[in-house]
Amino acid sequence: MSEEQIKNLEVQFEARIARDEKIEPKDWMPEKYRKTHIRQMSQHAHSEIVGMLPEGNWITRAPSLRRKVALLAKVQDEAGHGLYLYSACETLGISRDELYDQLHSGKAKYSSIFNYPTVTWADMGAVGWLVDGAAIINQVPLCNTSYGPYARAMVRVCKEESFHQRQGFEIMMKLANGTPEQKELAQDALNRWWWPSLMMLGPTDAESIHTEQSMKWKLKRKSNDDLRQQFIDQTVPQAELIGLTIPDPDLKWNEERQSYDFGEINWDEFWQVVKGHGPMNKERMKARVGAWEEGEWVRDAAMAHAEKKQARKQKQAI
Amino acid sequence: MSDKKNWPLWEIFVRSKNGLEHRHFGSLHAADAEMALENARDVYTRRNEGVSIWVVESKNITASNPEHNGEMFEPAQDKVYRHPTFYDLPDEVKHM
Repeated sequence: MSEEQIKNLEVQFEARIARDEKIEPKDWMPEKYRKTHIRQMSQHAHSEIVGMLPEGNWITRAPSLRRKVALLAKVQDEAGHGLYLYSACETLGISRDELYDQLHSGKAKYSSIFNYPTVTWADMGAVGWLVDGAAIINQVPLCNTSYGPYARAMVRVCKEESFHQRQGFEIMMKLANGTPEQKELAQDALNRWWWPSLMMLGPTDAESIHTEQSMKWKLKRKSNDDLRQQFIDQTVPQAELIGLTIPDPDLKWNEERQSYDFGEINWDEFWQVVKGHGPMNKERMKARVGAWEEGEWVRDAAMAHAEKKQARKQKQAI
Repeated sequence: MSDKKNWPLWEIFVRSKNGLEHRHFGSLHAADAEMALENARDVYTRRNEGVSIWVVESKNITASNPEHNGEMFEPAQDKVYRHPTFYDLPDEVKHM
């Protein structure tokens, strides 16, 4: 194809998206669109998969059967979300194995929030309430994104996500209304998860390199700073309701903006964690790669068994 | 790594309740059809989304090429006579 023809196709392509038409896997698309989508969708899938680890940590120690079944179901959902997103990503012509390789080799990123440890039961509450809360804010606009398979996967993800946040908030509420020790656990978890949750919504607009193009492709509908403000404005009253204090001395209602002003985010910490120096980066990758490698014989055995069965069936048919 | 055989990809179709058709829900990897069914149950019907599942290995699906959409689908566009509104009938005609 000549350069001019490609240019032409690109113009038509952008016009389709501007008209809110969806792009489907076999449609022509600019190489950059494909690459950007593989990057974002796989990063999203990896986050779901790695996101199982901090919570999996507490399944055996959940304080009641009610909490245990809920946590199990939540972690299972995250596996499911990872799988929806991986298969949506594969429609762009990359294999599952390549995607896993990128995760395991550190080439692909996942949400930096999962590199923080879950040290007490209250962390299960904070993760559900804050981390899933921030994720929902990020994800809801993606239900309308331009790439069909991604949008469809996100509709399913968002439908399931709200239970995650509610079960987290319920845990926090219960602890906050419990004994002084329990309330302290809840406050401590909020103290540790608040700032990382704000960082989770991404670098400030000035630092965000992908925003403009992503807005055009509807991979993004609101800027990181707008999403962060939305998250803060809706979460602060929730904390007040259960008597917990947001760990930000500069947090103040701004009557004029009808929004909360908030303190400086420690972006050095964010970039340190992104670059692999968070408290749990190594641990997470070790667990993930370990699970993959130790499961290899099971995958191979299943394949060998399937082939044997198939061969037997063919023999009988002759 | 080169001689490794990966689990093939399967397309999953789910009937959400009797009376409705099976609809494409997504895809997944599995060693064989039986495992694809079991995995589809866990991945796509955790909340009563279905009463019946079909799995088809993705390589067995033949899809039309969007680049040929013109010759494929445009001929239908100018055949308005296939629609009831094409026919001029007086208002007095009832039940038609």
